Amino acid sequence: MIRVEFENVSKYYRLFNSNGIKDFLFRLPKYMKQWKSNYFIALEDISFKIYDAEVVAIIGKNGAGKSTLLSLIAGVLKPDRGKISVKGRIAPLLELGAGFHPDLTGRENIILNGILLGMTKKEILTKLDSIIEFSELKDFIDQPIRTYSSGMLSRLGFSVAVHTEPDILLIDEVLSVGDKDFQKKSIKKIYEFKEKGKTIIFVSHDINTVKNLCDKVIILHNHKIIFSGNTEEGVKIYERL
Amino acid sequence: MNTTEKLQYYKDLLIELTKKEIKIRYKNSILGYFWSLANPLLLTLIFYFVFKVITKIQMPNYTIFLISGLFVWQWISNSLIAATNIFISNASLIKKVNFPRNFLVAALVLSEGFNFLLSIPVILIFNIVNNNYPTLLWVFIPILFIITALFIYSTALILASTNLFFRDIERLVALFLTFIFYLTPIIYPKYLIPEKYKLLLCINPFAVVVLNWQNIFFYKQFDIKYLFIATLYSFLLFKVSNIIYNKLKYKFAELV
Repeated sequence: MIRVEFENVSKYYRLFNSNGIKDFLFRLPKYMKQWKSNYFIALEDISFKIYDAEVVAIIGKNGAGKSTLLSLIAGVLKPDRGKISVKGRIAPLLELGAGFHPDLTGRENIILNGILLGMTKKEILTKLDSIIEFSELKDFIDQPIRTYSSGMLSRLGFSVAVHTEPDILLIDEVLSVGDKDFQKKSIKKIYEFKEKGKTIIFVSHDINTVKNLCDKVIILHNHKIIFSGNTEEGVKIYERL
Repeated sequence: MNTTEKLQYYKDLLIELTKKEIKIRYKNSILGYFWSLANPLLLTLIFYFVFKVITKIQMPNYTIFLISGLFVWQWISNSLIAATNIFISNASLIKKVNFPRNFLVAALVLSEGFNFLLSIPVILIFNIVNNNYPTLLWVFIPILFIITALFIYSTALILASTNLFFRDIERLVALFLTFIFYLTPIIYPKYLIPEKYKLLLCINPFAVVVLNWQNIFFYKQFDIKYLFIATLYSFLLFKVSNIIYNKLKYKFAELV
């Protein structure tokens, strides 16, 4: 089953006017003229398919368009050209604990975050204990999270995200959360997903993890795909870039 | 997800986001509830002094009249001001997580609406103290609440969406609300408005909404005309806001 499919996808960032309403109104003709030409290409003509149970790394230099690609998969951005189809629930491990509120307790934030990630309240309540246990924050869970350290916050965010029963996991350089033990635990969790046959899409600069974890790599270079296939071959090409 | 699951999900999302807004407001303040009463009551005091004591406006029960409009006004203006900035203040969420963004606005409006509901007992007390007993009209409160919430939500969604493109809107909203406040019969009764300006009342949707609440709390008369116009405005704005939001929502993540 194809989980993620991109067909000739292009994404441009239009450079919107940022000088406010006055400038926009006074220079309307100029803006109209520039509207079409004033853009920045983030991704051009991207096509690929990712199947069930595949673990795919997207690698490339800074600014190559990796994050844009993940945002497109997550459905946060819409392509300017081409077609994207994504099947299944996505757990975006893009920014852990997006939407956490500092004044709410850990428990309250789990519920809020879980709902924003697509779980119903009932689902969250049945998993609440297991989320708390995985985060190792049992003693602090009823404290407002402004008292948490940044490592604790990431742990909480990671726990919620992996408990959403996703079909597709999007991971953007977040495996370095928490201390050594928690890192091990989260890598183990990722492997668990792999064994369960989930699709994992992974952005990282850490070549070792890529080599260990991934079946396939996609290399982005200057906003285009220059390679897609076998990990070993891909890593070699990437290292020569 | 099938349809019932989806509906359940949207319900949960709305409830939890609203609960969050309410919780944060009351979490770190001891006086909590009283703060949401403080502003309208202080304004009531000021306007009472200026118009009743100094300029001696000819109007019985002027205090009740003031609070019957000021609490709704607080719901409207607090919601609109906070909503304009809501996508920007939730930038990390908008950038990374795909959920219906308009629920942020809806939750905000509902949490302010919750505050308004809590202020109704105060309005009731003022009425009773002045020997003004509530009439059967009070049964219209739930319907009017929904119409008002829809109106505020729609207006707020338009402001919130367009503010991402023109950050000036944030400043304009504050100015605009001051302007509208004085154009809406909140501190002066509608019957003091000269005949030739009466039409303005129907054109100004804010006035229509506020008048409906005053009809219940103060005038004690049922005016189907204003109820109808308010409903019309709410649905019209709801449609417009939906079109604008759906056109712009995919750009949000690029702009916050």
